[in-house]
Amino acid sequence: MSDTDSETQVFRPDDQIGGMSLAYVSTQTIPASHSPVSTSGPIAWMREKMFSSVSDTIVSLISLAVIILVVTSLMSWLVTNSVWTAGSLAECREIDTGGCFAVIVVRFSQFMFGFYPSELYWRPILAFALMFVAAAPLLHDTLPRKMLFFSAAYPLLAYWLLWGGSVWGIALFVGALVLTFVIWQLLKGFNMAIAAIVAGLFLVLWFMFAQGSVTSFIDNTIGFVGLESVESSKFGGFLLTFVIGVTGIVASLPIGIMLALGRKSNLPILKALCVGFIEFIRGVPLITLLFVASTLLNYFLPPGTSFDIILRVLIMVTLFASAYMAEVIRGGLAALPRGQYEAADALGLTYWQATQKIVLPQALKISIPGIVNTFIGLFKDTTLVSIIGLLDPIGIMQPIRSDSNWNGIVWELYLFVGLIFFITCFTMSRYSMYFERKLDTGHRS
Amino acid sequence: MKTKLLTLALGTAALAFSATANAATLDDVKAKDFLQCGVSTGFPGFAFTDDNGDWQGFDPAFCRAVAAAVLGDASKVKFTPTTGKTRFTALASGEIDMLARNTTETFSRDVDLKFTFAPVNYYDGQGFMVRKDLGVDSALGLSSATICIQTGTTTELNLADYFRANNMSYEPVPVETNAEAQEKYLANACDAYTTDASGLSATRSAFENPDDHIVLPEIISKEPLGPLVRQGDDQWADIVKWTILALITAEEVGVTAGNADQMKADSTDPNIQRLLGATEDNYGAMFGLDNDWALRAIKAGGNYGEIFARYLGTETPLGIERGVNALWTDGGLMYAAPIR
Amino acid sequence: MTTATQIVDGPVDSGGFRLSQLIYDSRYRSYTIQVIAMVLFMVAVGWLVDNVIDNFRDLGKEFSFGFLFQPASYDINQTLIDYNSQSPHWRAAVVGILNTLLIAVLGCILATFLGVAIGVARLSKNWLIAKLMTIYIEGFRNVPVLLWILLFSTAFSALLPSPRQTEPMLAGFLTATNRGFYVPATIWSEGAGLLAILFLVSLVAAWIFGRWATARQEATGEILPIFRIRLAIIFLPVLALFFLLGSPMTLDFPELKGFNYQGGLYIRSSFMALWLALSLYTAAFIAENVRAGIQAISKGQTEAAYSLGLPPKRTMNLVILPQALRIIIPPLISQYLNLTKNSSLAIAVGYMDVTGTLGGITLNQTGKEMECLILLMGFYLTISLLISGVMNLYNNAVSLKER
Repeated sequence: MSDTDSETQVFRPDDQIGGMSLAYVSTQTIPASHSPVSTSGPIAWMREKMFSSVSDTIVSLISLAVIILVVTSLMSWLVTNSVWTAGSLAECREIDTGGCFAVIVVRFSQFMFGFYPSELYWRPILAFALMFVAAAPLLHDTLPRKMLFFSAAYPLLAYWLLWGGSVWGIALFVGALVLTFVIWQLLKGFNMAIAAIVAGLFLVLWFMFAQGSVTSFIDNTIGFVGLESVESSKFGGFLLTFVIGVTGIVASLPIGIMLALGRKSNLPILKALCVGFIEFIRGVPLITLLFVASTLLNYFLPPGTSFDIILRVLIMVTLFASAYMAEVIRGGLAALPRGQYEAADALGLTYWQATQKIVLPQALKISIPGIVNTFIGLFKDTTLVSIIGLLDPIGIMQPIRSDSNWNGIVWELYLFVGLIFFITCFTMSRYSMYFERKLDTGHRS
Repeated sequence: MKTKLLTLALGTAALAFSATANAATLDDVKAKDFLQCGVSTGFPGFAFTDDNGDWQGFDPAFCRAVAAAVLGDASKVKFTPTTGKTRFTALASGEIDMLARNTTETFSRDVDLKFTFAPVNYYDGQGFMVRKDLGVDSALGLSSATICIQTGTTTELNLADYFRANNMSYEPVPVETNAEAQEKYLANACDAYTTDASGLSATRSAFENPDDHIVLPEIISKEPLGPLVRQGDDQWADIVKWTILALITAEEVGVTAGNADQMKADSTDPNIQRLLGATEDNYGAMFGLDNDWALRAIKAGGNYGEIFARYLGTETPLGIERGVNALWTDGGLMYAAPIR
Repeated sequence: MTTATQIVDGPVDSGGFRLSQLIYDSRYRSYTIQVIAMVLFMVAVGWLVDNVIDNFRDLGKEFSFGFLFQPASYDINQTLIDYNSQSPHWRAAVVGILNTLLIAVLGCILATFLGVAIGVARLSKNWLIAKLMTIYIEGFRNVPVLLWILLFSTAFSALLPSPRQTEPMLAGFLTATNRGFYVPATIWSEGAGLLAILFLVSLVAAWIFGRWATARQEATGEILPIFRIRLAIIFLPVLALFFLLGSPMTLDFPELKGFNYQGGLYIRSSFMALWLALSLYTAAFIAENVRAGIQAISKGQTEAAYSLGLPPKRTMNLVILPQALRIIIPPLISQYLNLTKNSSLAIAVGYMDVTGTLGGITLNQTGKEMECLILLMGFYLTISLLISGVMNLYNNAVSLKER
């Protein structure tokens, strides 16, 4: 089409020598005519893209036939003959021959929230919505940087919303964190290592001994202010998927950064420990780690301690994700041009200063698509918890199918769960691709 | 120096953790004010969730009875769904206080895995279900058949033993859950489905045409099912044990959820008075409860017969006859030690 | 950095060693940090082990692998070696390991074929094909593999007919039932050894021919249709001998006897479901790798090859693919690794791999969680390290020698 434009030339008779006008020279622009039907428009498009040769035509016709066949047969099951309101599978079968999606309608809240108290559904929904606000500044660099403070506070807020509990506990937690930071700042001038150890020790001891008792003391004296607490055994369905997936990614980020730095460090023992951990975790299937969570983890803790299974799964999933995260961030570190490291050295920055101010900010930005991909993988992998008896979307099919009302139903459940996973993962992967392209336009090492 | 400090910190941390350990289960349960009960992830009649997401079934009913006896409120139970693999660890590690997950009492579980079994609340045995049109009327005719079996249970071992003893071959199709087994069996992907006879009836009842299937007469194993607790806490084991016995006794003497209060007030039968705490014997105090423990347990979900009828009996879709699970007075095996 | 700062603030060596140098002197600081890390690590490990010992003592358990030698007393349907319910647990574990390796190897092969085909088809000029392949790739990649495995398993048992309603298809060469698939098994009689020897000889001959043809091409520039001639060298003599000997091979067709088909080769539907689901799922990822690999080769390479007069097919084989493979193979191998690890989900469909035997039934029946899981993780770790070892060797071999 552009060819036609360029061929149309404009002749201006006045330019001719002596003002002579030649009869065969056109005096006006000839309007661009449409390209022939055979080279443009839908028919040409189809000819070029689908029927360009004999073999091409055969392949296209076969695929078309398959598509039509699949779509028509699915349509009757999915749409025309499907049942959306019924109390049991038997009722469904009486109404029509198609899919019995009534089970999804009846058990929708269980698929979404598990056994979370229905009057408190607003809490997970709010936490879910706020998740986007928290993630926005990380995924969009045009947003104000101040929003990062909200992102940092989000994990705590989400924890409080989901599990509930006393607001005093949360306040004390924040207080302890601030105090730890102050201790670190005060001692930092004296010696970094000692400062880190003292601050860390303070934080650990606070949680071991003070947090619980001080919280209950305030609850008893001032009075309980907060949200009704919900124990984790009530979590299920996609709520559980999100809790495990998001916790795994968020908690694994700092560990992953440390591991990646350790793996790149030139201290042999530190490096060996990090490499050993990363390779071990990446070398075994997640399901074996979940078996450890469900059957072994308690043996590794002092006799009598017992976490509930969801916390144990969260621990193992975090360890699992941090090994993968470390590899993603290592990729980011490796992608940084050497000049950046050398420039930092030339400025006389110490290792931590260089890492904190020059290396990590750039490496993390490059790693974001990889982190999103790790998250997608982890999000899908959370379905494995159904094998150890947690009621995630796949696990919750079990008690539903055991209910004599819905005994024997299966395709509808698979379809529904698969669809939700598809939508979530597909959106995220598209976003990660978009982000990758955006980063790609910048500097190239 | 620093490392010493850290070891010290870790050591004290360890101490802090273990401080909560080894307390008696009863005190533990009272302190946290709920009972953590392990159930199956889903088994028709025995454990399933209703449309509101509450756990229902034969096993949860016993959890509720214990909660009512101990805490005075049948709703103070939290359920932990467990799989065949995770159930014993969950109990051994203290994650759950009792396990009511149609679990067979066996020597090795009692002795080697260190659990204490409460009295049997359901006598079961492993059987086979086949299609009628298969023309098989005895398990001995199942040579070279394909058999669906739930893995992680004693049924696997029984099946291997039975076919070996009778010198027959078979093709096991292991499945994780009852729902999958049923799906496979209905699709004819296996000729027979083997599990506890109760499970077979339960599964069969859910079929569109239950009459097309028969449960073969052979029962190839003994499967006494009952709740279990950790070994070494006799007080707690006693509480679970006597709660079950109280429910059986209640059926024997005709106390139901509906008439329990009235019986306590009016009855002159010393058996009933002792059961419902109408006498001054203070049986409850002997294991750390009050006098009304059995009354509350009965009011929580009815006596043994009522629970059976509600979830498994002939009025339910499962339609299981009492059979050996009838009271001894009716020719069954339910024979509760007297409360005195 | 150590060397850089050393010159600036490192003390002159003449002075004696002071304790504070451990922290302030960058020459020694790295040792301090490492020693602290090591000690912390040891303390943590010691604490965990100590807890395990305490817990085992409290529960009256002992740590021993003796159970491996007790009879397993359960049956396994698919066994590649002799096994019955009286065999010891270790043998059950070996049966599981072999089943895992079987599914992993076959899965990798199928996934590679599918993945390469789909990856190339995705770049097809045919819009319909390209879109269909995109739908395939996105569909499989974005749904958990566990769901796919369950779906395939359900599909096989629910949609295929039971043995008694099944008629063998394709002249008896395939019998599809909802319990599995039967194909004829081959039974070799006398003379089969001769055939095998001839086949090996032909293979060697084909290899020698290839070298000769290459040498000839380098000397004269003439190109022979190597592939077709090789095929002929390998198969024609064997076929000829096969008929000369009067077909020393019979096919054992499966027949319906009693409850099931008997005879032939039985491929269980649990195996098929796992195999197809894993392969199709992994193929979607491999397809993306292949596409990325091909697209990463700059168009200039193709144009340069064309201008040298290479026909399109040879351009692909000699110019594009060798370069693309360098990009494709590392992620391909990590996909193999993923497939092998994902094969542990066999437990969801009752395929008795090592997670199903050692980490499943054996663990349940013996209650030896610690021992079983240590062995199980050790097995997967060994496999993974082997595969990544191969990958590193390959990477070193093909990495661009930059000058």
